[in-house]
Amino acid sequence: MSLRTEGATATSGPRMSETGEVLLDVRNLVKHFTVGGGMFGGRGGTVRAVDGVSFTLERGETLGLVGESGCGKTTTGRCILQLERPTSGQVIFEGQDLALLSDADVRPFRRRMQVIFQDPYASLNPRMTVGQILAEPLAVHGLVRDRDGRRTRVRELLTRVGLLPQHADRYPHQMSGGQRQRVGIARALAVEPALIVCDEPVSALDVSIQAQIINLLEDLQAELGLTYLFIAHDLAVVRHISDRVAVMYLGKIVEITDRLQLYENPLHPYTKALLAAVPIPDPVLEAERPRTVLMGEVPSPLNPPPGCVFHPRCPIAIDRCRGEVPPLREVTAGHRAACLLA
Amino acid sequence: MLHSATVAKLLEVKDLQTHFLTRGGVIRAVDGVSWDIDEGETVALVGESGCGKSVTALSIMRLVSLPAGRIVGGHIYFKGRDLLTLGEEEMRRVRGREIGMIFQEPMTSLNPVLTIGRQLTEGLEIHLGMSQADAHRRAVELLGMVGIPDPARRLPQYPHQFSGGMRQRMMIAMALACDPPLILADEPTTALDVTIQAQILELMKGLARRLGVAMLIITHNLGVVARYADRVNVMYAGRIIERGTARELYGRPRHPYTLGLLRSVPRLDEPRRARLAPIDGQPPDLARLPPGCAFAPRCAFRVDRCAHEAPPLEAVGDTGHVSACWESARLQREYEPAH
Repeated sequence: MSLRTEGATATSGPRMSETGEVLLDVRNLVKHFTVGGGMFGGRGGTVRAVDGVSFTLERGETLGLVGESGCGKTTTGRCILQLERPTSGQVIFEGQDLALLSDADVRPFRRRMQVIFQDPYASLNPRMTVGQILAEPLAVHGLVRDRDGRRTRVRELLTRVGLLPQHADRYPHQMSGGQRQRVGIARALAVEPALIVCDEPVSALDVSIQAQIINLLEDLQAELGLTYLFIAHDLAVVRHISDRVAVMYLGKIVEITDRLQLYENPLHPYTKALLAAVPIPDPVLEAERPRTVLMGEVPSPLNPPPGCVFHPRCPIAIDRCRGEVPPLREVTAGHRAACLLA
Repeated sequence: MLHSATVAKLLEVKDLQTHFLTRGGVIRAVDGVSWDIDEGETVALVGESGCGKSVTALSIMRLVSLPAGRIVGGHIYFKGRDLLTLGEEEMRRVRGREIGMIFQEPMTSLNPVLTIGRQLTEGLEIHLGMSQADAHRRAVELLGMVGIPDPARRLPQYPHQFSGGMRQRMMIAMALACDPPLILADEPTTALDVTIQAQILELMKGLARRLGVAMLIITHNLGVVARYADRVNVMYAGRIIERGTARELYGRPRHPYTLGLLRSVPRLDEPRRARLAPIDGQPPDLARLPPGCAFAPRCAFRVDRCAHEAPPLEAVGDTGHVSACWESARLQREYEPAH
């Protein structure tokens, strides 16, 4: 493979989405896992973790991917990064369909796509100093060949994420959760990626620290022209950071549109229910708010319901919803929802 | 089971101090904390990780793990009796029978090799001396009460056959089993998805109202507190730094930390801000707390005095609103109204 990539910071400035250059194009992504039939002899089955997901991501924009546990948002992220190989569908990144490539041919693209995990403690090697953690990708990808150069670059990275150069000598356990997440971000930045998949990057952090990290991610995006896929379950955080938002339920996108539309004018009953369920930190408002509690639980992705996957919990479902799979259709310009009644 | 009209102090925690001995020194996880709960009231203990909120709950149950952890001072009056003076045998009768408990991780607090039914009936037989048949009947009733469909069929099942939400319902059923007047709920919905969280909180609130149970909700989620608590205690570094009715505290915060918490979260009810306002700095290292106010190093209202003199909790309003800040008057002048 001789696919060269352009310089990471060629484009800069905030929110590049007006340029309209598509960085990532996910088409009909499917990931099924086969489970069961193991040592307890259970019947095998297929978990439809991601079941036909399509979206595009423009350079410099942030797409929020929200949904509850098991909806497939993390698997979608992992399939894009090729940490899981998709069952079918396309993941076109910088013009190349990664799903078609061999593991070896995917490798050069790994540098262009990075990930920040929820738990920085679990994702940092406890036996390495922060300096070693940050220098490793520089050496592996041959970005900085000499030791001194790497040391300088490590200092630069630390400063860029709001840490001090002397943090290079610390071990992850000597740092707080917020500092460790900054290290995780610095490690992602080290290889000058174009896309960063942020998988619940602030949900393990204390409230007072979450805002620090979110501000940092926004600053870095503005400075470096980064593109984010921001996977999270916190709808308020997602609204804050995203340009567009996709809502997932049982492996499918049920609604996708820009931030304003999604929060001001949600079309899918699941999106509405999610928004209603978020408690607001204001007792006066909370006392007046109508309680619309969604009944039931998310069905098993081993055996998703026929028709619209949301119909068993849907407060407005009609007979048609039980038999007909609603397509993700454009209801108004740029606002797509998978609901027959939207 | 009537909701008592007379408001008596059901639980009164006075100057509680719980310390942990570690290689790094003495950790004063709970450092002289006083608060109370009236009968039938829902009180919140809010704070970030390490602030001492969970250790406070464990101290009430006398479940602080020895030998590292020790309650070194204070009183915990429950219905007038100091729990810290009870023998272990007596204390065992208080746990479950008088004070129920709901934890964050139902999977780790349920016994994986006992059926749901057995875990419910055990307490009923031991604490209330029920016969097997009566306990079984009551277990079915309890599961139905917490909204588990088809309860009789669910009793012979094991915890792993329950979803996360159903397990938390089961925990609530266990906490309610002996009709305790008080339930301690430590991050009861933190591990749950938002739609399930809403279900569980509605359930807890409804049951608490109907049965007149008082509840202590321990959480870091300011939204959950706003929705459900009558009164709120905010903890930081082992101490309560502000307390008030929920409306008072959210509407007129009088401590820079409370204000900082409220302002640092993005909110769905407000227009999106261009930038979040975080609290600067890192959470405190409990082994190396500054001599004065523990929040001072991160505080925008800091004055010289804060570095060496810890401010006491003082009245800042007339509805029992108290704050531990030398500069609470300035904070009031500059941030009125808060939003």
